[in-house]
Amino acid sequence: MNNIIDVKNVTKIFSKGIINKSFTRAVNNISLNIDSEKPMIRAIAGESGSGKTTLARMILGLISPTEGELFFQGQNINKLNNEDRLNFRKSVQPIFQDPFGVFNPFYKIDRVLNTPLIKFQVSNNKTEIKDRIETALNSVGLRPDETLGRYPHELSGGQRQRIMVARALILEPKVIVADEPVSMVDASLRATILESIYKFKEEQNISVIYITHDLTTAHQLCDDIMVLYAGNMVEAGPIDLIVRNPSHPYTKLLVNSIPFPDPDMNWKKYDPKDRLKLDVESVGWRNK
Amino acid sequence: MSKILEVNDLKVYFHTNLGPVKAVDGISFSLESGERLGLVGESGSGKTTTALALMRLIKKPGIIENGKILVDQKDLLALNDTQMREARFSEISMIPQGAMNSLNPVMKIGEQLKDTLVAHRKYSGDQSLSKQQYRSIIDNLLTSVGLEKNVAKMFPHELSGGMKQRVTIAMGISLEPKVILADEPTSALDVVVQRHVMETLQNAQEKIGAGLILVGHDMGLMAQFVHRIGVMYAGKLVEIAPVKTIFKNPIHPYTKMLIRSLPKLDSHGRFFGIPGLPPALLNLSPGCTFCERVEDFSHVGEPVEWTMISKDHEVLMCGGCEKR
Repeated sequence: MNNIIDVKNVTKIFSKGIINKSFTRAVNNISLNIDSEKPMIRAIAGESGSGKTTLARMILGLISPTEGELFFQGQNINKLNNEDRLNFRKSVQPIFQDPFGVFNPFYKIDRVLNTPLIKFQVSNNKTEIKDRIETALNSVGLRPDETLGRYPHELSGGQRQRIMVARALILEPKVIVADEPVSMVDASLRATILESIYKFKEEQNISVIYITHDLTTAHQLCDDIMVLYAGNMVEAGPIDLIVRNPSHPYTKLLVNSIPFPDPDMNWKKYDPKDRLKLDVESVGWRNK
Repeated sequence: MSKILEVNDLKVYFHTNLGPVKAVDGISFSLESGERLGLVGESGSGKTTTALALMRLIKKPGIIENGKILVDQKDLLALNDTQMREARFSEISMIPQGAMNSLNPVMKIGEQLKDTLVAHRKYSGDQSLSKQQYRSIIDNLLTSVGLEKNVAKMFPHELSGGMKQRVTIAMGISLEPKVILADEPTSALDVVVQRHVMETLQNAQEKIGAGLILVGHDMGLMAQFVHRIGVMYAGKLVEIAPVKTIFKNPIHPYTKMLIRSLPKLDSHGRFFGIPGLPPALLNLSPGCTFCERVEDFSHVGEPVEWTMISKDHEVLMCGGCEKR
């Protein structure tokens, strides 16, 4: 097996209600894999409710699929023994969307960075822990002396998100799953955060799954892309090709909706019919 | 076109135990009717505070220290509280940032729209309208933002994010104000919905012929939507020009970096972040604050001056900024 992550035909169905059960197919029959030899940054794009976060949570092992299987280095991630699970959790690291919700306001920043090193038994040596933390902070463009020893409320959203990036990096993972890491960060700070994610791949051979609805940052960062619509994969391939020459109507809609930073490039008029056509096509199987 | 809004030397300070925080420090601009002006800047640059000050909604310890806000020649700062309450929504209205949190969850949409009509206007008291009249006004408002009439009978949780944001737009235009302030109206929405909401906003604004100020940090959205852009940095307006000029010929180094940091379709794998951190607004040094950030210490503290680049293009910078 050459794939670190192997997702095979996964489907996730959420059900609600006891007597009148209703079902939502959040993710429908999706496969993807990440090669261990060749690190890459792969985008999963789609609107709210398209199933991209559900897919990410399955890859992280936070929820299990209804059908299909996920493999980490050839082992089913929902059937790992304790030791392998620890290794899986260490090797596949998340970065979440909201830099305001992930910190416990009562603890200093140091704790977020210390705890994973101790829990995963990477090191018990205080100087080594300190070294690792400082290297990680430096690599995301933060100065350790200005950051450590502070409380979360003393830092800006951009700084907090960079700390989350450093936290993911500190365990030397093989794969990082980044769920909209810059959508709640100022536009002027996005470039810095994306750059550090890009450097993971270039310098440390870490593969990244980048989840987003913003095709411009995806284009800047990623090698290839998978577009989800209502839980289905509708288009996948090299990012440059797909952004420049989309063929599925939904991908076209996404590309046309990008607000290009150029006043001469006009936004095409939004036509609700585009959307309607799509909904009619996909609504049939969504609620089975 | 006539000047519908004039802001002169507006200063908003927050008085803390450590001294005044100068959130907005002497900004001036004007807006014509039918014009759309964008205010861009990072978090803490004072753009939202400016919008709140225009509505006179600054809370303690914040105080509007100085300045004039003229809406159609009427100074808002000279009004008493009752008059200001009447002016809100009928003269100047605001579309808030998170539509999710700005609607009352236990009140039907129609009732909330009616509330705006009753509270801020002539319709109250003896001039109150009949039920049917209110209903037809509300139906028209909902139709004008592209929503079905039966939305009036729904609760906010039954609507999607984009629909909620369109309800707040309907509220913002309900009394046909002369100026609309939109504070990042689409920051919580995905790109497709964003385009739809911005189009709705544009149609509504053009229909009533109001001036509009769009507050935000997304330069892409600005490029597609506004006529003029004002760039804010550390409580000051540092550059103001028509949108095409800003993108083709930015002068202030902050504007240049802001534009360069945007992802473009030919920039795969290349990133241009803005170095440093935004300055703390407490005890800000009197001179150029941007040179300090980019570590050009030879010009720190140098006084800044307004420079006229062309007829409608003005920049506030120091000698160091000019050379960058």
